[in-house]
Amino acid sequence: MAKTIWIVLQQRDGALHRGSFEAVAAGQKLASDLGGEAEAVLLGSNVGELAAEVATSDLARVWVADAPALETYTPGAYVATLAPAIGERAPDYVVFPHTYQTVDYIARLAQRLDATLLPEVISWEDGGEDLLWKRPILQGKLHGRVRVKSPGLVLLSVQSGAIGADQRIAGSAEISPLPGDPGSAAADREVIGVEAVGGEGVDLGTAERIVAVGRGVGGPEKIPPVEELAKALGAEIGASRPVIDNGWLPRERQIGSSGQTVAPKLYVAVGISGAIQHLVGMKASGCIVAINKDPSAPIFTVADYGLVGDLHEIVPAITKVLAGT
Amino acid sequence: MKQVPDTEARLRINAQGSWIEEQDLPFVINGSDECALEEALQIAEKTSGEVVVVSLGPERTREALRKAYALGAGRAVHLADPAFGGGDPVSNGRALAAAMAKEGVDLILTGSQSDDLGYGTTASVLAGHLGWPHAWLVMGIEIEEGGQRARVTREMESGQNEIFTIGLPAVLEVQEGINQPRYASLRGIMQAKRKEIFEAALADLGLEPTEVGSAGARLEIVDVAFPESSGAAEMLEGSPEEMAQALVERLKTQARVL
Repeated sequence: MAKTIWIVLQQRDGALHRGSFEAVAAGQKLASDLGGEAEAVLLGSNVGELAAEVATSDLARVWVADAPALETYTPGAYVATLAPAIGERAPDYVVFPHTYQTVDYIARLAQRLDATLLPEVISWEDGGEDLLWKRPILQGKLHGRVRVKSPGLVLLSVQSGAIGADQRIAGSAEISPLPGDPGSAAADREVIGVEAVGGEGVDLGTAERIVAVGRGVGGPEKIPPVEELAKALGAEIGASRPVIDNGWLPRERQIGSSGQTVAPKLYVAVGISGAIQHLVGMKASGCIVAINKDPSAPIFTVADYGLVGDLHEIVPAITKVLAGT
Repeated sequence: MKQVPDTEARLRINAQGSWIEEQDLPFVINGSDECALEEALQIAEKTSGEVVVVSLGPERTREALRKAYALGAGRAVHLADPAFGGGDPVSNGRALAAAMAKEGVDLILTGSQSDDLGYGTTASVLAGHLGWPHAWLVMGIEIEEGGQRARVTREMESGQNEIFTIGLPAVLEVQEGINQPRYASLRGIMQAKRKEIFEAALADLGLEPTEVGSAGARLEIVDVAFPESSGAAEMLEGSPEEMAQALVERLKTQARVL
């Protein structure tokens, strides 16, 4: 029997989240691999234009739940809107972008639907009787292949960058209202507003060269030699999350999924192991240099040049070579 | 609270390729869980409350619970029954919810994600079983006067936080960076040695063996592997000086970024 794949999109303030088109590409691929049809779902208020934008994809349909109650995201309203519609139309798989918003509510949705939830999928392959799903474990240091043991509906979130938005197949889809009554959705949070983290901040997104420092540097007192390297390269200083959380550098310097996304011509990662949340924020960089003591650190999987050893010896050595040229 | 391999530890895959080699591996309290404990201790200090720490895991988990006592927890509960082993967010969330219901707590704080399996969903499942609201990636908690609601700051992407209020009781899943966890005092460490770790067995929680652990799980890890490289990395060899020389040369002549 032909499978039905749903793709739940994410939007905010009149724009689709960048992960939405990646989720469309992932859903289309899953539909093609399993022999089925993909349909997209969009929730929000006055999202007609966004639905039209999505409908330029090769999809069987775009379902839209458009109601003032869905103006601002809350897990209560999203679960209350999606659960009955999924129950009624009975798709086999529901694909989500793995974002800070979707992970906030999809476990509750899965529980309500008695469905299996597979968070943070990178890829899948034919495992004989069923599919094997690959996802990062141990902060991306390893990949695990996971099998779903129970029959029935599967919800999965697809890691950012795992399946590129450029793989989305264009086409044309019919737009229909999502079954159910989205206006009745009850919020379980009273949203007050949004604040910027770290004040004014530094726009690392326009930097041509970045030297980024990770927990491996060891402490704030060890950062000056890295700053000297950045100065010698004419680069901005960035950092991975643990450095920021420890207060070694200000939050405006954070690179990764909860910080800034950057793509400089040169990215030098110093003492950064390369957790997936960091990689999604920098892997589009032109030339990536990784300096780390652990040769199996995942940062080397995206690097162009790898230097394994003591960063406290290697970093000043590079600065010295640059000074001499 | 979960005990996980130290994120700084060098990992090896076991002979079957099914998981990492755990022998000789250092284990610590999960990063965001340690922040949750710190946040709980601060709230308890302000409200004259008590912090109950609940952890599911094998024998070694006692070490993490002992540390929680040293940091100031008032009571530690260990879901040590082997039946709880090999679970996933569905079966672990169910077991933890049963333990929490038995303890009768007013607020549940957890980390957002474990540093090992990283599903990030166990606490949301736990909240669902209790019928409580929840929030993931919490970066700030203020209990409002009267204790009916909490003002929560939640991390969004791209350097923004969302602020909202949520009804209590709730499950708040905190993100690393919400606070700087304290260190245990010598006095705390000494006192912790004498405190009892309470074990909650399957029967105590009114659960069936088929509901928990690997039997109650919907996901099964088939195998693990180091990520495949995109293939491009050239590993430079030699002394730090030789590597530095080779790197600068390549950045100029191959990558042409200098």
